[in-house]
Amino acid sequence: MDSSTGIQQADLGADVSDYFALLKPRVMSLVVFTALVGMLLAPNSLHPFVGVLAILTIAIGGGAAGALNMYFDADIDAIMSRTKNRPIPAGRMKKNQALGFGLFLAGFSVSLLGLATNLLAAGILALTIFYYVVIYTIWLKRITPQNIVIGGAAGAFPVVIGWVAVTGSISVESLVLFSIVFLWTPPHFWALALYKKGDYEAAQIPMLPNVAGERATIVQIIIYSALLAIAGLLPVAFGFAGYIYGGVAAVLGIAMLTLSVRLVGGDAKQMRQRARKLFTFSLSYLFVIFLVLLLETLFFRMSGVS
Amino acid sequence: MSEPKKNPDEPNQQLLSEEYKKRQRRRSIAIALGLVTLVIIFYALTIVKMGPDLFSRVL
Repeated sequence: MDSSTGIQQADLGADVSDYFALLKPRVMSLVVFTALVGMLLAPNSLHPFVGVLAILTIAIGGGAAGALNMYFDADIDAIMSRTKNRPIPAGRMKKNQALGFGLFLAGFSVSLLGLATNLLAAGILALTIFYYVVIYTIWLKRITPQNIVIGGAAGAFPVVIGWVAVTGSISVESLVLFSIVFLWTPPHFWALALYKKGDYEAAQIPMLPNVAGERATIVQIIIYSALLAIAGLLPVAFGFAGYIYGGVAAVLGIAMLTLSVRLVGGDAKQMRQRARKLFTFSLSYLFVIFLVLLLETLFFRMSGVS
Repeated sequence: MSEPKKNPDEPNQQLLSEEYKKRQRRRSIAIALGLVTLVIIFYALTIVKMGPDLFSRVL
């Protein structure tokens, strides 16, 4: 409430930028990137217009899941510093507007993806939205410290959707890409949870550092980073990536693992700084290994070597 | 007859309507652009999906 004018924010109606913020643009950029990688790595190809449309619908589907997440999480978003300026907790939008917007976009994106590509891809997009909103947001997020592990699957689906949109079927390659994003999620978010521990505590979300303690979280981060480093090499093992990718994935995998191990030791302040560093590095990790995999594949494809 | 007491919580109507109209207009423009985009998408998708078959039908 603005005391000088007596205007309630919600009375003004939400601005277009608020609707855009509901889509979680930053999460959306990751969704777009991984879906694009899945699509371009797939052995066949789509008509460029259909390809662009497929990426757009996958992005909108991800945005719909974000809007529905903000509807159900409005109470805890209001408490955490990271999220309290979102449109609903900040009072710029009514909860039901986010619900309507999210439901509409979810139905719209799934239908359009089905029309443009195939029903399997549309089905997995629908499953992704359901998984993120119902399984993760409504159910697991507030009751188990393993929320991020199980919820991580939602973030790993887009790369499979991209692949399936082109090929029409789920194959080993798409599952390998899925496993990389899936194993990347826990260390990424636990690193965030380590230096934003107070936030999650205030909102009573059972993140691992709050429930099991920092030490147990660091152990889990190290385990998942090790698994991730191995999963990063699977594309080479399954024969759809070459040694350039293999080298980059090995170096970055070891770097990720090293940063995780470095969380052990040092005082609380140092640990939080290192956790922040790991969080930032993990973003580059995923971006770089997927980009190299993509460039290498496209290079070999264009030069006629397979 | 005395004038009704002014409620301090009551929104300032003039300010409210100006900002309200601005936002409403921006929302309307966004919806219009969205609809035009949809028309283009469905038109282009239809042409792409039908492809050469469009011209090989029996006339």
